[in-house]
Amino acid sequence: MATTVSLPATPHREPSHRYESGVWSWLATTDHKRIGQLYLYTSLFWFLVGGIEAGIIRTQLYGPNQHLVSAQTYNELFTMHGTTMIFLVVMPLSAAFFNFLIPLQIGARDVAFPRLNAFSYWIFLFGGLFINFSWFLHAAPNGGWFGYAPLTTRPFSPGLNIDFWVLGLQILGISSLAAGFNFITTIINMRAPGMHFMRMPIFSWMAFITQFMIVLAFPIFTVALTFLMLDRFFGTNFYEIQAGADPLLWQHLFWLFGHPEVYILILPAFGLVSEVLPVFSRKPLFGYPVMVYSGILIAFLGFGVWAHHMFAVGMGPIADSFFSITTMLIAIPTGVKIFNWLGTMWGGSLRFTTAMKFAIALVALFTIGGISGVMHSSPPSDLQQTDSYFIVAHFHYVLFGGSLMGLFAGLYFYYPKITGRLMNEKLGSWHFWLTAIGMNLTFFPMHFLGLDGMPRRISSYDAGQGWENNNHLASYGAALIIIGTVFFVYNWFASMRKGAVAGNDPWGGATLEWAIPSPPPDYNFATIPQVTSRYPLWDRKSPQITSEVPHGTRDEQKMEVKIAGQSTGTAPAPADTRLNAPNAHPSAKQLGINMPTPTIRPLLAAFFLGCVFVGLIAHRNLTIMFIAAGLFVLSLYSWLLTPLEPEHH
Amino acid sequence: MGGEHPPTSTGLNNTKVAIWAFIGSECFFFASLISTYLIYRGRSPVGPFPHDAWTDPATGHVFKAILNIPVTSVSTFVLLMSSLAMVLAHSAVVRGDRRSSKIWLASTAILGATFLGFQAYEFTSFVHEGLTIHTNLFGSSFFILTGFHGAHVTAGVIWLLTLLFIDIKRGFSPDEAINVDVCALYWHFVDVVWIAIFTLVYLIK
Repeated sequence: MATTVSLPATPHREPSHRYESGVWSWLATTDHKRIGQLYLYTSLFWFLVGGIEAGIIRTQLYGPNQHLVSAQTYNELFTMHGTTMIFLVVMPLSAAFFNFLIPLQIGARDVAFPRLNAFSYWIFLFGGLFINFSWFLHAAPNGGWFGYAPLTTRPFSPGLNIDFWVLGLQILGISSLAAGFNFITTIINMRAPGMHFMRMPIFSWMAFITQFMIVLAFPIFTVALTFLMLDRFFGTNFYEIQAGADPLLWQHLFWLFGHPEVYILILPAFGLVSEVLPVFSRKPLFGYPVMVYSGILIAFLGFGVWAHHMFAVGMGPIADSFFSITTMLIAIPTGVKIFNWLGTMWGGSLRFTTAMKFAIALVALFTIGGISGVMHSSPPSDLQQTDSYFIVAHFHYVLFGGSLMGLFAGLYFYYPKITGRLMNEKLGSWHFWLTAIGMNLTFFPMHFLGLDGMPRRISSYDAGQGWENNNHLASYGAALIIIGTVFFVYNWFASMRKGAVAGNDPWGGATLEWAIPSPPPDYNFATIPQVTSRYPLWDRKSPQITSEVPHGTRDEQKMEVKIAGQSTGTAPAPADTRLNAPNAHPSAKQLGINMPTPTIRPLLAAFFLGCVFVGLIAHRNLTIMFIAAGLFVLSLYSWLLTPLEPEHH
Repeated sequence: MGGEHPPTSTGLNNTKVAIWAFIGSECFFFASLISTYLIYRGRSPVGPFPHDAWTDPATGHVFKAILNIPVTSVSTFVLLMSSLAMVLAHSAVVRGDRRSSKIWLASTAILGATFLGFQAYEFTSFVHEGLTIHTNLFGSSFFILTGFHGAHVTAGVIWLLTLLFIDIKRGFSPDEAINVDVCALYWHFVDVVWIAIFTLVYLIK
C-alpha cells in the first residue's frame, strides 16, 4: 500500500499550459474527477429547476379550484418535473459518483476511455439544455414522462412540445450508452492488482450492475423513441391505430426500458448507502456476497416485470399472473438488502453524521415505498390504485425516499474527497431533518388522497371531496423540502471556503479512495496499490475491525484530521489554505506518469451531434442536419486519429 | 487509434471489451426492431404485402407479393462472403502480410458495398411497386428494420475504408491487429443480424 507520497522539498513550478486552469481546463478535461464534478454541478442545477417545477405544482394543488397556472402549463410542469428528475437529476447525479468514484475505488488512474467519458458529459449537457430550451418557445413537453403513444403522435400532439421530448431523450440516451460501455470496460479491465470482483467496493459493484442495465435497457427505449420520431417527422405508421398499429406497442417497449430504469435509478443509491453504513457503524458490510448477488438478481428480474405498469390495459389472466408473480419475487432480493443494512448497523458503534442520517433514511423510507410497491403487484389491488395519488406517493417514496436520500448520503460522505473540506454538520443536520420531515409530510398524505380517489395529473380539483387537508399538508411539506434545500446549497458553497480541511480520510473509511489525498491529484495513485482484502484501509490501520465486531468510539469520531503528520483538529483551516494549489502534490510529470492530453475534440463532437437534432427540430432543416453530421464525423475522425497520451520522443 | 494499452485486469484489450458491451447493447436494439416487425406481421389492413398478392379494392390494381427472395439470397451470400474476407484480412494483419491485408480489407469493403447496392436496388424497386414507409405497417416496419441494418453496414464499410486507408498509408504491424480485430467483431455481428433478418423477414412466410 505505497500510496502516500512525500512532498517534494522545494516547490517545482511546471510551465503553465492553457489547459491547466480556467475555463479551458474544464472544456478540454479528460480527468474523470473533473468530469464527475461537471456532472455533479449540472445535475444539482437541474435539481433546483425540477424542484421549482414541483413547487409550482404543489402551490397550484394547495387548495381546490386554484388556477395559478393553466391546465396546459400544468401538463408541461408535471411532464418536465418527471423527465428532469429522472433523466437530468438522479441519473446524472449517479453518473457523477460513477465518474468520481469508480476509478478511485478500483485503484485506477482514469476510466478506460477518458475522451469518451468527456463526450458522454457534453452530450448530456446538450440534451438537458435542448429539452429545457422548449420553455422559451412556450412548447415544453406535455405528454408525461412516459410519453404514451398514440397520445404523443402528431395528430394528438401537434406542437413542438413532444418533438423536444423525443429528440431530447434520444440525445440523453446516447450519453448514457456511451458512459455505460466506458464504465463496463473500466470495471472489467482497470482494477488494481489483487482487486478480484469479490473484493471490489460495493458501490462499484452496484455501478457495474447498473451499467449493464443501462446498455441493455436503453436501446429498447431508443427504438421506441425512433418509431415515435419517425411517425412524427417522416409519416411512418408505428403508432397509427388506423393503419393497424397496436396501441400497446409503445407501452410494452417503454416499460421494457422503464422498469429496468427504476433499478438504474435506485441501485447506485443502494451502493452509496452500502459504503456509508459500514463506515459509520464501524463494521464491515453484513453479508457482502449476498448484497452483490441480490443486486444482480434485482437487475435480472428487473427485465421481467415491465407489464405490471400495464395491468389496467387488460392483458388477460395469464400475463397478469406472470407479471404479478415476478414483481412479488423482486421484493425478495430487495428485502435481503434492507435486512443486510440493518445487520450492518446491528451491534456497531454508530456515528450519526449527516451522511449516516441520510443513509438510514433511505433504509426506512425505501422500505415504505417498497411495501406499497408490493401492494400494487397484485392486479386487483393495482386496479384500485392505478392513476391515483397512491401511485404518486409510492414512486416518490422510492425515488425521493430511496434514490435522492441515498445520493444525499453520498454527497455528504464524499464531499471531503471531492473538495478537500468537510461540510458543516450542523447545517447538514438542518438539511436532513427539514428534508426528511418535509418529504414525509408531502408524500405520506398522498397515500390517503389516492385511496380517496384523487387522480394523478389533474391541474385542479373541486372543493368538498375531502381532499383539502391532505393537499394542504403535502404543500407544507414541499415548502419544508425547499427550505431544506436552501440549507444544503448554502452549506455546499460555504463549506467549500470555510469547511474544516478533511485530510485523506476524515471518516475512517475502508476502501482505496480514502488512501489518497483529498482532492486527489490528477493521477489518483502515485503507485498503483496492491489489494489484499475487501477493506484494505481497515486491515492496515485497525485489523481488529475486519476480524471482530468493534465496540466503543475511536479518535475519528471527533473528525480529527492529520495533514503531513500534524493534527489540525476540527478547527476551520486558515482562509489562505489553498487545497488546490498546483504544488500540493508532485505532478504526474514529476512522477513519470503518462496522463491523457486534454482535448476539446469530444466537446466538438458532442456539439455537432447535438446540432443534428437542432436541425431536425428546426422544421427538418436538412442543410443544418447534413452540415452538422459532416462536422460530427470530421471531429470524430480528428478525435480517433489523435493519440490519447502525448507521444514519447 | 492507438493499439497500445497498459496491461489490463483481464489481459483483454479495452476496446475489445467495449465492443462486446456495444454488441450486447445492439442485440437488444435489433431485437426490439425485429420483434416489432414480427408483432406487426399480418396486421396491415392494406397491402402491398411481403408474401401474398393484394388487390386494391379502390382501384382494382393487383400488387404482387413484394419480397424478391432469389435476389436477396444473392445479396445475403455476398454479405456472408464479406465475413470470410474479413477473417482473411485480420489473419493477414496478424501474420504481418501487408499485401494480403490490403487485398482482403478492400474485398470486405467492396462486398459490403455490393450488399448495400442490392439493398438500394431493392428499396427503389419496392417504391416503384408502391410500397413506402407511409404505405402500411409492413412498409414502415420493413424499411426501418432493414434500413437500420443497412445503416450499420454503411458505418462498417466506412470503418473498413478507414482501416484500408491507414493500411495503405503506413501499414498495420501485427501488434496493431487489434484495430482490425475490433472492426471484424462489429462486422461479423452485423452479418449475424442479417441472418436473423433474412430468416425471419424473407424466408418464414
